[in-house]
Amino acid sequence: MPEIRNYTLNFGPQHPSAHGVLRLVLELDGETVVRSDPHIGLLHRGTEKLAEFKPYNQSIGYMDRLDYVSMMSNEHAYVMAIEKMLGVEVPERAQYIRVMFDEITRILNHLMWLGAHALDIGAMTVFLYAFREREDLMDCYEAVSGARMHATYYRPGGVYRDLPESMAKYEESKWNSGKKLDKLNETREGTLLDFIEAFTERFPGYVDEYETLLTDNRIWKQRTVDIGIVPPERALQLGFTGPMLRGSGIAWDLRKKQPYEVYDKMDFDIPVGVTGDCYDRYLVRVAEMRESNKIIKQCVKWLKENDGPVMSSDNKVAPPSREDAKSNMEALIHHFKLFTEGYTVPESEAYAAVEHPKGEFGIYMVSDGANKPYRMRVRAPGFPHLASLDEMVKGHMIADVVSIIGTQDIVFGEIDR
Amino acid sequence: MKQSVLDLQQEVNQTLGADLLSSEIALDELTIEVSVEKALEAFTKLRDELGFEQLIDLCGVDYLDYGQANWETMKAVNSGFSRGVFDFAEDESDDEQQMERRFAVVYHLLSIEHNRRVRVKVFPSEAAMPIVDSVISIWNCANWFEREAFDMFGIIFKGHPDLRRILTDYGFVGHPLRKDFPLTGHVEMRYDAEKGRVVYEPVSIENRVNVPRVIRKKSSPQTV
Repeated sequence: MPEIRNYTLNFGPQHPSAHGVLRLVLELDGETVVRSDPHIGLLHRGTEKLAEFKPYNQSIGYMDRLDYVSMMSNEHAYVMAIEKMLGVEVPERAQYIRVMFDEITRILNHLMWLGAHALDIGAMTVFLYAFREREDLMDCYEAVSGARMHATYYRPGGVYRDLPESMAKYEESKWNSGKKLDKLNETREGTLLDFIEAFTERFPGYVDEYETLLTDNRIWKQRTVDIGIVPPERALQLGFTGPMLRGSGIAWDLRKKQPYEVYDKMDFDIPVGVTGDCYDRYLVRVAEMRESNKIIKQCVKWLKENDGPVMSSDNKVAPPSREDAKSNMEALIHHFKLFTEGYTVPESEAYAAVEHPKGEFGIYMVSDGANKPYRMRVRAPGFPHLASLDEMVKGHMIADVVSIIGTQDIVFGEIDR
Repeated sequence: MKQSVLDLQQEVNQTLGADLLSSEIALDELTIEVSVEKALEAFTKLRDELGFEQLIDLCGVDYLDYGQANWETMKAVNSGFSRGVFDFAEDESDDEQQMERRFAVVYHLLSIEHNRRVRVKVFPSEAAMPIVDSVISIWNCANWFEREAFDMFGIIFKGHPDLRRILTDYGFVGHPLRKDFPLTGHVEMRYDAEKGRVVYEPVSIENRVNVPRVIRKKSSPQTV
């Protein structure tokens, strides 16, 4: 009689459904997963170490590169930690801009997740649809910061600059001309806010399109319903946050429970799952996109009606205006000090967390009074999520591993740091 | 100061009693310290009696260079302000290595039930071989966090079932987030066409300080 042994399978690190560089060592009994051991760190760049060697403002760009599909949310936690330690007040307009871009980022992230997750399970179209909308949102990023992804837009004390008065338009080319060009530029005639407003009008219709493709789709349900069930008490034990926790039925959202910036003035709901399976987490995230859309609408309305500064006037932290620096001696000194040495942060430690699209993204910062952080710790939401993979896939078929990696919304930029 | 944080401080004081080494509130955050020996007991109490059902974060901190700046403006007055940068990372004396309270393990706990947070610090006693108890049995998510703290700082977690490196390369030597580990690392890697494989060599680049680390105290403005 032949000996029956478990089969060990190496999955990744280069695999299309590994969502980056995940190496999984799977122990299989037939097609059933007995044990899984994720090997991570293939994208480790030492962000925490690098930050210790740079003045505070120079690390904002590194934050974009942590979770590289929700860039501005990462920056947000970082600048919030610094603001907390410095005691800097952020002008109200900047707070609204931050909230608006946080929600734009949430939609960006969830679209990326939805497209990739559906593609992994075999639905191609959603991916193409999702990237169509991502294009518009990345244009918003580009309009305020000049970069489509790695914006470095948030600064301690506010945001880098106010929203632009005009949107970039498509130019006439061999591919875009005549009626097609007019249609592309239709919503780009006004300001950035007009463009975003037009987007919020169309977006619910787009979400309906994704839902038509997936929510009642037989294959989609077969692949996600009752897969990777996490009961609420396990979700807490495993350190879940964000949609992963809410999918298990715990209504916990930092935007509601520990509101920062102007979230307490926003009207939105927290979608919560029931069974805690992949399908519930899908529904939670889709509902979150609709809620984000509502928040963006409210921000656009406020921003259109109210004007004001977008950066703190404290010149120990925020640079003086160009004009001042050329006419005022003190402003010149401030400018020089800020761009050579940076500002020093009083000896203290702080933890600042935001409701990142993936969960709780926190920055724990220790300062010994220098112009560089003494220790900067990134609490990435994906890290405990991926750590629970072994428990989630145990007893499932090997094809479900892909569903579960997808549902965890894994991005290696933040997990490996 | 927020009332809720003060209330929490009082509750923690009552629950932990003599096990509490220190407790302070700064920036509306409560930080407490417990001893290595009593840590597990204290954590169990925090979870079961005060409702801290979630371990949000666990990380190490290395206090070796705390409060050291690498640019002394006062000393350079006669010779002018040069970019003379003192790299304290290379100036290691043995007693510094042996300093007590060099490493700390910092736990961030969250209570979803009561909507509050607490930061707990534990200082392992020996800097040469820092050991603390693993909290996996209290919060299961500590598994990877502890592996990371071990990888980055070399802190040993007693009772951890699988204390392997997690973020660094297979076969990596050293603990990168320690303050005496240089930013450039120790080895660099390249593909050697002659040998037909990847080779590791000592680093060829030198550590360069672009912006010196300066500490300025608000109460004593520097004379320029």
